[in-house]
Amino acid sequence: MLSELPLLSLVIWFPILGGIAVLFVGDDNPGRAKWLALTVAILSFLISLPLYSAFDTTTAAMQFQEFMPWIPAFNANYHLGVDGFSMPLILLTAFMTVLVVIAGWEVIQYRVAQYMAAFLIMEGLMIGVFAALDALLFYVFFEAMLIPMFLIIGIWGGPRRVYATLKFFLYTFFGSVFMLIALIYMYNQANSFEILDFHKLPLSITEQTWIFFAFLLGFSVKVPMWPVHTWLPDAHVEAPTGGSVILAAITLKIGGYGFLRFTLPITPDASAMLDWLIITLSLVAVIYIGFVALVQQDMKKLIAYSSIAHMGFVTLGFFIVFGLYRHTGNLNGAAMGVEGGMVQMVSHGFISGALFLCVGVLYDRMHSRQINDYGGVVNTMPVFAAFMVLFGMANAGLPGTSGFVGEFMVILSSFKAGFWLAFLASFTLILGAAYTLWLVKRVIFGDIGNSHVAELEDVNCREIIMLSLLAAAVLLLGLWPDPLTSVMHATVDNLLQHITVTKL
Amino acid sequence: MNFVAPDFMPVLPELFVLTMACLILVVDVFLEQRQRHISYALAQLTLLGAALLMLLSFSRAPVVTMFGHYIKDAMGDLLKFCICLASAAVFLYSRDYLRQRDLFKGEYFVLGLFGVLGMMVMVSAHSLLSVYLGLELLSLSLYALVAVDRDSPVASEAAMKYFVLGSLASGMLLYGISMIYGATGSVDLQVVADAVAKQGAATNLVLVFGLVFLVVGLAFKLGAVPFHMWLPDIYQGAPTSVTLYIGSAPKLAAFALVMRILVDGLGSLQGDWQQMLIILSVLSMALGNLVAIAQSNIKRMLAYSTISHVGFLLLGILAGTPEGYSASMFYAIIYVLMAIGAFGVVILLSRAGFEAENIDDFKGLNDRNPWLAFVMMVVMMSMAGIPFMAGFYAKWVVLQAVVSIGLVWLALVGVLFSVIGAFYYLRVVKCIYFDKSEQSEAIEMSGDVQIVISANGLLLILLGVYPTALMTWCATALLN
Repeated sequence: MLSELPLLSLVIWFPILGGIAVLFVGDDNPGRAKWLALTVAILSFLISLPLYSAFDTTTAAMQFQEFMPWIPAFNANYHLGVDGFSMPLILLTAFMTVLVVIAGWEVIQYRVAQYMAAFLIMEGLMIGVFAALDALLFYVFFEAMLIPMFLIIGIWGGPRRVYATLKFFLYTFFGSVFMLIALIYMYNQANSFEILDFHKLPLSITEQTWIFFAFLLGFSVKVPMWPVHTWLPDAHVEAPTGGSVILAAITLKIGGYGFLRFTLPITPDASAMLDWLIITLSLVAVIYIGFVALVQQDMKKLIAYSSIAHMGFVTLGFFIVFGLYRHTGNLNGAAMGVEGGMVQMVSHGFISGALFLCVGVLYDRMHSRQINDYGGVVNTMPVFAAFMVLFGMANAGLPGTSGFVGEFMVILSSFKAGFWLAFLASFTLILGAAYTLWLVKRVIFGDIGNSHVAELEDVNCREIIMLSLLAAAVLLLGLWPDPLTSVMHATVDNLLQHITVTKL
Repeated sequence: MNFVAPDFMPVLPELFVLTMACLILVVDVFLEQRQRHISYALAQLTLLGAALLMLLSFSRAPVVTMFGHYIKDAMGDLLKFCICLASAAVFLYSRDYLRQRDLFKGEYFVLGLFGVLGMMVMVSAHSLLSVYLGLELLSLSLYALVAVDRDSPVASEAAMKYFVLGSLASGMLLYGISMIYGATGSVDLQVVADAVAKQGAATNLVLVFGLVFLVVGLAFKLGAVPFHMWLPDIYQGAPTSVTLYIGSAPKLAAFALVMRILVDGLGSLQGDWQQMLIILSVLSMALGNLVAIAQSNIKRMLAYSTISHVGFLLLGILAGTPEGYSASMFYAIIYVLMAIGAFGVVILLSRAGFEAENIDDFKGLNDRNPWLAFVMMVVMMSMAGIPFMAGFYAKWVVLQAVVSIGLVWLALVGVLFSVIGAFYYLRVVKCIYFDKSEQSEAIEMSGDVQIVISANGLLLILLGVYPTALMTWCATALLN
């Protein structure tokens, strides 16, 4: 019965329509708008659950497919479907949106309905990005996402919000227009906008290289990879807590997802040829950005840089495959890299979201994000301190938390590709631990820093709910990652089979 | 010598507009100022009536009448239909603005209707002579309209500038027409097309010269760089209601003009005019988008934005394929929808004694009127080409047309400048949503205006979610 419902359409359009409904409730009625938004968010999450429970883990084919003609003149269709890559990310999106709505509950006082509506619409668009199997549809969702985020940062952000949000918008827009040209180019070859047709499209190495770079521009800005990462710290610092959470937890993942869905399968030969480039950029992100994170004075900025470093691991995991295949001649262990990258994406969604929420909790009380303004928070907020330490440990990659699983898998698979690669990659364990633990030490532990800290009140019921939901997710994924990895096995194997066959 | 009466049925809408315009001219003389709304109502009736006539007589196959000077085909019908509706919206948005400034006179509507008639003639012209006739009818109406507020020195200056430069361009066009006539021996576009196809450009220098002059004249009317100088000054100087008029429907007519002359008449010279249009297009996109960034006056900014949109519009035409033409037509229609929305909001923000001319006047619009703020955001995002707004598909189809003929670099130039262009559209959105208002007066709108501006904005979203209907319409219109 479930398979007959247009589940994916529901998960996309229900929050969008719900968001519009919230807009109509209006800012004059903040209470009602908030409750409606929460209901919509929770219902969307519940609607998305059958995607997991009814998911067939034995096949790499697209599931829950929906197909409707959209723009027949260009053979573009409203074609949705999910596989092992997109399904977990859709669930993550729906889950995080619920938390974001809760996080904004008391904090947002200005134009509450518009705030909630923006996040709900954003949710629908992001799920659309993950579910689209038509390249034009993907692009439409991909770009449309910019509008709500632009408004979220610009309206409810900090003092330099205008600069940050314009930078965010223009950076991302710049990256993605080249992708549009690449998509149009491929349409002219394939006479179809189906992503799966693009996968099969034979392309010469020159074409592949151009397309590879077009995609790289689009996705590397989103991930973000060094050196096009500079929008991220600005956007994170200025965004309201909810905006930071969505940015870190979901939109960064869209870049990683793009590599899996587009770059690797469409341009396998160019990817194999240029894998050194991505690997170098990823290692720079891991090591250099790790050092940059170490010296930050602003908590949000520190977590933003830590996000870039962690996302470096994701791209490393995805592109290690080629080196490994060249080195060993078979695909054993290659799957571990891709799966590690995926696990890292989901886990980073939870952890970075949680850390931004923690900073939000502190910021709501002290109106400062400077590390120096804190100290000894554990004395006044013991419950909060426990959460913060847990998420800090997870960010540092402590075994038993989700942060460990992904990093471990990626490092293990880089070992097979080459010792030095793994050696450099494992710097993250040291650096990650250094900047996170030092942050925790300076903020949480020690003597009470000043009179403001002495007056802090511990987390309330609402905050405990959202933090413990995330804590549960982090621990569950850390102790028992199989529910996540098992849904990807078939898809990963299929991808690896595909990309080792040359298109030339 | 016998005079054979031509078939008047295909030109029925034009005759209707002409009759009504003359009627209003007469009726208006006998009206007192407080009864002026009768002229307005008649003008609206004319436009809606003409639109309805067009809808009822949609052509399947082209019909040529008036001894070969006039053609009624599907492309013309669709464009004329849009022109009438766009002008009706223009009149509606202008009504209160004109009333507050003592400009609510019959002349505005009569001139406006004659302009519409000129556009209809341009759209349906089948000879170089009727092309020129329609163009001059439109231009003369526009010169007078710009000067309609005769006490305003800025408007008079703008009108003067427009008249001088416009006449120069008309002269160029006429000179080009005479050369084409000299080379082919006819002004009938079909005969011209056949003759040109037979001769080929390489052998006939006169033909190429004629083409160059024609392209210059057309570029001027479109406002393509480097023939764009008049556009920002006129947009800024004219009363906003007239800017709204100039910025909307005449763009459709200009598109038709290019189609009739370059494609219908000189289609075999495509290789020659393609080069020229590439240059015009790249320059327009570059200059329009770059200079718009520096503007603080919204009318001037929108003028430069128009220039950049013309650059995009030309991309589809220069592709020289039926897909490209229909892409350009789609672009033109969507552009008019956006321009009406943008200038419409500008006009609604103006009150008696206050012109909302600066981008700063949009500050805090979200606090003053969230719905109007939303409409303006939709228009701006659409102009920037962000999806789920119709403007994205307009850009996409023209890029598609260019890539399909192998000019990938041109598409890259296009998207690059559209990224640069996004900045100044975003700046307006920034003022609307992120800044605090300096004035707190509520914005008054009458019910019908509110409905139409909402429909305008929603249409942009609707076409953004499902553009197929209009796209198919454009495609079939050009296949006939």
